[in-house]
Formats: sequence, C-alpha cells, structure tokens
Amino acid sequence: MTSPLEQKKIKIAGPSVVTANRTWDGIVVYRTAAKSWSADLSEAAIVRNSDEAKALLAESVADDVGAIGPYIAPVQVGADGRIEPGNLREQIRRTGVTIGQPAQV
Amino acid sequence: MYAYDEIDRTLVNERVSEFRDQVKRRLSGELTEDEFKILRLQNGVYLQLHAYMFRVAIPYGTLATNQLRALAHVARKYDRGYGHFTTRQNIQFNWIKLAELPDALADLAEVGIHAMQTSGNNMRNVTSDQWAGVAPGEIEDPRIWSELIRQHTTLHPEFSFLPRKFKIAITASDHDRAAIKIHDIGLKLIKNEKGETGFEVLVGGGLGRTPFIGKTIKHFVHGRDILSYIEAILRVYNQYGRRDNIYKARIKILVHELGIEKFSREVEEEWQHIRNSSLQIDDEVIEDIRSRFTYPSYEKLPHNPDELRQAAADPDFEAWRKNSVAPHKVQGYSIVTISLKPIGAPPGDATAEQMDALADLADKYSFGEIRVGHEQNLALPHVAKRDLPALWKALDKLGLATPNVNLITDIIACPGLDYCSLANARSIPIAQELTRRFANHELANLIGRLHINISGCINACGHHHVGHIGILGVEKNGEEVYQITIGGRADEGAALGNLIGPGVKFDEVADVIEDVVEAYLALRERPEELFIDTVKRLGVEPFKERVYATR
Repeated sequence: MTSPLEQKKIKIAGPSVVTANRTWDGIVVYRTAAKSWSADLSEAAIVRNSDEAKALLAESVADDVGAIGPYIAPVQVGADGRIEPGNLREQIRRTGVTIGQPAQV
Repeated sequence: MYAYDEIDRTLVNERVSEFRDQVKRRLSGELTEDEFKILRLQNGVYLQLHAYMFRVAIPYGTLATNQLRALAHVARKYDRGYGHFTTRQNIQFNWIKLAELPDALADLAEVGIHAMQTSGNNMRNVTSDQWAGVAPGEIEDPRIWSELIRQHTTLHPEFSFLPRKFKIAITASDHDRAAIKIHDIGLKLIKNEKGETGFEVLVGGGLGRTPFIGKTIKHFVHGRDILSYIEAILRVYNQYGRRDNIYKARIKILVHELGIEKFSREVEEEWQHIRNSSLQIDDEVIEDIRSRFTYPSYEKLPHNPDELRQAAADPDFEAWRKNSVAPHKVQGYSIVTISLKPIGAPPGDATAEQMDALADLADKYSFGEIRVGHEQNLALPHVAKRDLPALWKALDKLGLATPNVNLITDIIACPGLDYCSLANARSIPIAQELTRRFANHELANLIGRLHINISGCINACGHHHVGHIGILGVEKNGEEVYQITIGGRADEGAALGNLIGPGVKFDEVADVIEDVVEAYLALRERPEELFIDTVKRLGVEPFKERVYATR
C-alpha cells in the first residue's frame, strides 16, 4: 500500500474519510461530521470529491491538539451504508495486526 | 558490563525532565505537532500505524539483568506485554501512549537506559559485535571504542542536525557479526606492524532504496586519532551532504557521487586541521573507559565437563548445542545464542515474561549479562559448559530453545505493514509461513546455514539486500508483491543480492522459496557447500529457471 506519508495531491477516486492518530495515546481515529474525532469508522464523515476532501482535511489539520498526521483514506460504503476500509493498510489500522501478538499467543 | 558515572546519570535524568515538559506542552497545545515532532524523534518516539512506537537504545548490544527487567516492566506497564528487538541493537514498543512516555523513560533512566538518538538525523546507537569481549581471537573488546564514540557523539551539537541519520558499527573479529560494511561508517579494530591498536575505516555503506557496500577509506587509523578521523568524515558529510532530497541525503550517496578517492582527499584535508587537537585521545581516557567494563571472575573449568558429555546422548540437546553454542575465549565457557525465532512467531519479539525469566537465567548462568545481536536474537555471553544442559532445559520451558540459529528459520524481518507507517507490504506473516514450511529440524539442518531477510518496503529495515535470500515487499496495483533476491551477505564478504525474476504475490512467496531451496539442494556439489557458495558458483540463472519455469 502506498504510504499516505507520500500523499502529495488530493485526488480521490471514490468515497473517502480523514483518518489520523489521537495525540495523547496514538490510537487510530476518524474525523466526524461533528468536527470531532472517533475511534469508530462508522462515525466518520464521508467525502466524495476533491473539494470536500480538501475542506475536511484542512479542518482536521487545524485540530492539531486532538489528532496528528491526518490524511485522506479510501473507504467502501455498502448498500446498507456500512463503511469498510478501502485497502489493506487501512484494514490493518482498523482491525489490528494480521498476526497474533506474542503476549496473546 | 559498563558502569555509568555521575555525568551519564545526570545527562539521562535531565533528558527525561526535559522531555516530560515537552510532552506536557504538546498535550496542552502549547507546542504544535510540527514543533514537537523533532523533539519526540530525538527521544525515539515515532508515529506508526496503530500508535506511537518507542525505540530504546541498547548501546553495543549489552544489557545487565536489571536493565532487561526494566524493559520487561515497560512492556508490561506501558505497552501490551512484549517488545521487538531490531536489527540495530534497539528494542521497540509498539503501543505506547504519549502521555505515559515520560514515566516510561523515567523508569528506564533508573537503570541507565534511554532512547536518545534512536531516531532523527543524528548519530544513532553505536552498534557492535554481540560477542564482544568474549569471542576468541578478537583484537580487543570493541565496546571500549564503541563507548568512547557514544560519549563523544551523544548530543554533540555538530552532529544533531546532519543531512540524514548516521550509523556506526564496530567489530574486532575477522568474522564480522556487526555488519560493518552496510553502515555509514564501519570500523574494524586491527593492529599495525608495530602492534598498535587502530582501525580500518570503511565509509558509505548502507541499504535502503540505493544500497551500497562500504568502501575502505583508510587502512589504518591509530586508536588515539579515531575521534578526529570520524569527526573529519562527519564534517565533510555535514558540508556536502544533500539536504534538498531525503532520498539522496545519506553519506553513501555523497561517497558514490564524489568517488571514494575525492571523498577521502576531502576527509584527509579536514583531518589535518583537527587531528592534533583536543580530539586526540589520551591513553588515560581509554584506560578509564576500559576500567569501567567489568568482566566476570571466571573459574578454571574443564573443556569438556561430565555434564556436557552425559547430555550429548540427548539428540534434542545436541541439535540445540550445535547451532546455539559457540566457543568462548575462556576454557570451560561458551557463548549461547538464544533464538527469538520460534516456529510461527514474529522474529525478534519477546514477551515481558520471557525477558524477566531470561534475566533470571542470566543471573544464574551468565554473570548477569545479556547481549543483543543485529540478527534479532539474544545471547548469554558467559555460560559455563557444565551448565549448558540445565540452561537448555530452562530455555525450552520458555519457548526459547528453538535449535535454528543460522538456519533457514532464523529469519530477520522488519515489522512491515502490520505495524509500520512506511511499509508497503507485510513481512511478519511471510516469515511465519516460512518458519512453518521449514519447521522440520532435519530438513533445516540438511539445508544448512541460510539467512533469509525480509523487508516490507524499500527502506530495508529487514536488510533484504544482504540476505542469502532477500525478500522485499512492494505494492503493485493495490496488492502486496514480493521481489526475491539471492546471493546477498552481511558479513566480512558483504554483497548485495541479485533479483531472480518478477515479483510474486503474498500467497506464492513460501512456494517460491521452497523452489529456490530445492534447486540449491539439487545443485550443490556436496553437503558442505553452503547456499551462498552455490549461488556464488552458479549465479542466479539456475535458480531463476527452477522458480519461473512453471510459473
């Protein structure tokens, strides 16, 4: 998965969200329509074109105390409105590592 | 072990206080992330996929048991109960909360451990041979010189904002276990014809997207001049190294673009200005550092004690002993490598319970000392041979007696896309599957010494370029694809591997590696011919044919 750290141009091909890591503990969060952050992807604000994406990203970047490293990530929205990550990287960020953690093995 | 003095303790404690204040100001919003980022990086704090990652230095790979217990404590109290030993004698914790980091640092500072310069564009942790001080035949303990360089470069203002990160490794043995040829500066301790101690100095090695094997810049630099010579190299790098392009900023690019002759002339000119300065090291300074390394009071023990002879009847013990136990400079003692590569487990990971238990075993059997190697394994450096059977049984209970050191399942792997924000593909699941495929010890033993290295992106933290078999994960059209190289090596004969053909998908990697190994078994001239030697003799083609003929 191309790292979003290399994301230079904002060009989206489908539904997307803004994701980041919460400042105080680093957990994965998503920008919500209520101008806040949530650890629940289902609460993320969905953007569907570049202008919306730019606006949501700008607002997220401005909330520097809440979360760090915001970027736009693709999602898939099912017919029932269910939101799923759009690539493996985001799937791993949402559900965790694909391997057992040693302390749990 | 090295005993820190008051200056070291004060430095580490002041750094914790400083960082505590910086974190407080960050969380209150007084510092923006842009302002804070360089400060956290200077304290080993990265942002990864799931959380902050905290990288702690283990200078020259030496740990006391109270230090290993402190690492276990951090894993348990501030993280998820485990840590990951890296390829540069560091340990990483994957789930640290920023708000709790100052407390974790304070707990580590109590035992003299810190995270200074484990990231950022400065001089990184100085690494060395994990068998330093105990390997037979070494010139002298390379950690004395590692410590000298550590002291000189830690928080050195001139080296705190280099064009890019800078890594030094030191060895004192003919067989290079510190991978000095893939470091920005590699130092090999040698004696000149007068019997004086000095260094062969290599420069410009490194992996990443533009890999180079280091080149010898000077065949002998006297020990008293090593700081000034390193400083001359760093000054030339600081002056000419590129700051405009992160991908061309490492010293290896500068050395390559200038050529080693021109680069060495620049260094020589700079060196003449500074070599007779306060950077010249007095013998007393070296002796002071030497005196702070304490060595065990070894007993006079037999070469082949009864306990060892009796245990030799147990094939499981013998399998472990043959791969894990190495000769020690003192008769009756051994160096024991502890594999952190159990079958099916992430390479280099250790739980808090394992760390605590290992600390107990090190107290009982290794004079309270543990070593960390760049191969992501640990070592007990001073084990009496009579204790080997008892140690083996204890390690086995902890799941730490896998008899695979230097075999095909002793895989080096970066955290990959499961953890790392830079990664393009997963590394750990590939390693896990390969260890399952080659879990049969008879088969692994038949194959013999074979190093597999896996990286999840071109930054090459898994050192894939120098794996006998190297596996590089990339992304192609949204899918994980893996490029396979063969023929690399990281030791004194360091070489970069060659690509065998087009990349293969995640699910095919283990099959391809099996094909490569089957080709080797069919092609080797005799059982003693190692994989790496067969590749050197025949080149890539026969392996390529075997892998791609049916794909």
